[in-house]
Amino acid sequence: MTEGPTGNWLAALFARELRLSLRSGGGALIGVLFFLAVVTVIPFGVGPDLNLLARIGPAVLWIGALLATLLGLDRLFQADRDDGSLDLVLMAGRPLEIVVLVKCLAHWTGTGLPLVAAVPVLAIFLNLEPLAIGAVTLTLAVGTPALTLIGAVGAALTVSLRRGGLLLAVLVVPFSIPVLIFGVSAAGAAVSEPAPFLAPFLYLCAMTLITAVVGPFAAAAALRFSSD
Amino acid sequence: MGLMDLANPTRFMAFSARLLPWLGAACALAFAAGLYMTFFVAPDDYQQGATVKIMFLHVPAAWLAMMCYSIMAVSSLGTLVWKHPLADVSARAAAPIGAAFTFLSLVTGSLWGKPMWGTYWVWDARLTSVLVLFVMYLGLIALWRTMDDPIRAGKAAAILTLVGAVNLPIIKFSVDWWNTLHQPASVIRLDGPTIHPTILWPLLTMALAFTLLFVILHLLAMRNEILRRRLRTLQLGTASTRIATAAPQAAE
Repeated sequence: MTEGPTGNWLAALFARELRLSLRSGGGALIGVLFFLAVVTVIPFGVGPDLNLLARIGPAVLWIGALLATLLGLDRLFQADRDDGSLDLVLMAGRPLEIVVLVKCLAHWTGTGLPLVAAVPVLAIFLNLEPLAIGAVTLTLAVGTPALTLIGAVGAALTVSLRRGGLLLAVLVVPFSIPVLIFGVSAAGAAVSEPAPFLAPFLYLCAMTLITAVVGPFAAAAALRFSSD
Repeated sequence: MGLMDLANPTRFMAFSARLLPWLGAACALAFAAGLYMTFFVAPDDYQQGATVKIMFLHVPAAWLAMMCYSIMAVSSLGTLVWKHPLADVSARAAAPIGAAFTFLSLVTGSLWGKPMWGTYWVWDARLTSVLVLFVMYLGLIALWRTMDDPIRAGKAAAILTLVGAVNLPIIKFSVDWWNTLHQPASVIRLDGPTIHPTILWPLLTMALAFTLLFVILHLLAMRNEILRRRLRTLQLGTASTRIATAAPQAAE
C-alpha cells in the first residue's frame, strides 16, 4: 500500500484484491462454471417439465448463487494469510474494518458480479419469462453482496484452520437464510401476480446494508484474534 | 462472597461443590412435583387426549433452548469485553446442553405433531427457526472442536455467538414472514395467560425443574472444562520438561 491521501490506499487495495480474485486459481470463471453445473444438474433431479422449472427457477438460481458464493469464500483471507500479507495489513495501522469492507467489495466484484451477469443466460435454461429474468437478476445483484459480507465473518473465523472450507459453509448457511427468504420471495413475486414485489425487495436491501455494518466489524475482530 | 470472587476458578470450584448437592435436591423435588402434577392433576385435553402431556416437556425444553443461547451470548460478551476467565468456560459448557434441549424440543414437538397435525415435520415458521438454532449450536460446537488452542477457539466462538445473537431476531422475523402455522405464544402475553390454571401450574413447575436441571448440568460441565484445561496445562508442562531434560542427553 502506498502512502498518500485516503482514497489512494483504498483504491490500491481494491485494485490489488480485484486483480488477485480475477487471476488466481481459475479466477472468476470457475464460480460461474460451478453455477452453470448446479443449474444443469437440477432438471436431472426434478425432471425436464418446463412449467415446473419456470415455477422453481428463481429459487434454483438463488440456491446456485448461494452455493457458488460459499465455494469461493475461503479465498477471501486464506491466500493472504498463507503468503503473510494479512500480517502486513494488520500491522499497517489502517482501520481493519474498512480493509475488510474493501476486500469484500473487490471479492464480490471479482466473483459475485460474474454470477449476476450469468443469470440472464442461465434463466433461459429454466424457461423463465423476461420479467422474471429481470427480477431474479435484480434481486441477486442486491442480495449477493450480503452473502459475501456474511461469508467474510465465517472466512475470518476459519482462516487459521487447515481445510476449514466445510466448516465455513456450515457456519455461514444459517445466517444466509433471511437473505435467501427475501431474495426468493421478491423474485417469486414478480412471477406470481398477487404478491407484492417491493416489500421483500426493500427488506433484501436492508439486509445487505445491515451485513455491510455487522460483517466487517465481526470479521475484523476475528482476524485480530486469529493473529495474536 | 462477591460475584467477582467467583472469577477465580479455584474459588468457583469450591463454591460450586458446596452448591451442587442443594441444587440437586431442589431439582429432584421440582421434578417430582412437576411430573406428579403433569400426570395426575392436569386434565386431558378434550380434543388432544393424553397427548397434550408432551407439552409439559416440550415447552420448558424450548424455553431452555432459547435461554441457553442468551447465557452463551452474555458469556461471549464477558469473554470479549472483560476477558473474564470463567466466561469462556461458561459459553463452551453451555453449547452442548443448549443443543440437547433444542433437540429435545424438536423431538417432542414432532412426536406431538404426528397424531395432531398428521405429520412429524412441517416447514412452519417456529419449527424452522428452532431447527436453524439447532444448526447454529452444532456449528458453534464444531468450531470449538476444530481449534486446538482453547483460548483462541473461545474468542472465535464468542464472535460467532454474538453475530448469531444479532441475527437470531432477524432469522425469526424473516421465517415468520415466510410461513406460519404454529400456534402463537399463549403464556407470556400482555393481557395475562390464556391457558387454564390447572395446566399453567404444572407447566411452570416443570419449567422450574428444567431450569434447575440446566443450572446443575451447566455447573458440572464448567467444572469438567476447568479440570480438562488444568490437565492440558499439566500435560504441556510435563511434555516441555521432558523435552528439556531429553535434549542434553541427545547432545552428549
